[in-house]
Amino acid sequence: MLDVPTRRITAFADRSFASPADKAVRIAEASPAARFVVRGRAAVPQTAAVALGFPLATDVCRAALGGERVALWLGPDEWLVIAPEHEAESLGAALASALAGVPHALVDVSHRNVGLTVSGPKASYILNHGCPLDLSLAAFPVGMCTRTILAKAEVVLWRTAEDAFRLECWRSFGPYVADFLEEARTEFK
Amino acid sequence: MLIINCPICGPRPEIEFRYGGEAHVARPAGTETLDDQTVADRLYMRTNPKGLHFERWRHAHGCGKYFNAVRDTVSDFFVTTYKAGEPKPDVAALLKDQAR
Ligand SMILES: [Zn+2]
Repeated sequence: MLDVPTRRITAFADRSFASPADKAVRIAEASPAARFVVRGRAAVPQTAAVALGFPLATDVCRAALGGERVALWLGPDEWLVIAPEHEAESLGAALASALAGVPHALVDVSHRNVGLTVSGPKASYILNHGCPLDLSLAAFPVGMCTRTILAKAEVVLWRTAEDAFRLECWRSFGPYVADFLEEARTEFK
Repeated sequence: MLIINCPICGPRPEIEFRYGGEAHVARPAGTETLDDQTVADRLYMRTNPKGLHFERWRHAHGCGKYFNAVRDTVSDFFVTTYKAGEPKPDVAALLKDQAR
């Protein structure tokens, strides 16, 4: 019988993010996570709370947090739920059973996305090299999240602190996005 | 960069959006009774105005939703945007407001 060794290799396995530019902006791979895309109409945010512990955000472009889980508002009927990796099976099952009574779509995208954290005093400046949004605190406050563009890649951007962002993109875009950010912070080396 | 006002997300850069063709093109009732010319007109013939145009846009790299816009095809000026399903706005009144 063919014996296939199974091993998780992240999209950034061979990459070192340490850089002299770290003092201005740090880039790091977010820990592996369980991720779900939840879609559905008005009843879904509250119904999902049974599994999640908190309702999905209904405010435009806002993240809802509870413990180590977060639900990012992507659209009026679409959310990205991110949770610790070990919850992939349990949370998926819990969401499926909680939402069973209402029309919805629930897709496990844990391995479709990769996460990066971008932090430091120049975080928004670096992101603005490829992201056309106004990332000032007034226009993009802590807790705001949205799908947007970073150079040629579609990303989900979430401001976790005044000087810190989490960025999610498709795994195949991961190296491109990391390279782009790396190049953007060259001036701080 | 041109800023487009998504009726859900607010003002956002144009590269997040995709054009979706003319708006308010209603599918006629009883399509099985229509002659070929009527079907062809409905499928392919558009108003193509020089001036104000009612059109669909999609916030593709944002909330993902389709909405409608009134845009001047000469100046590329967006007079207004509104959610899909809402009636055509009174453009004459809007333009008068903006001229003030
Ligand atoms: Zn939008």
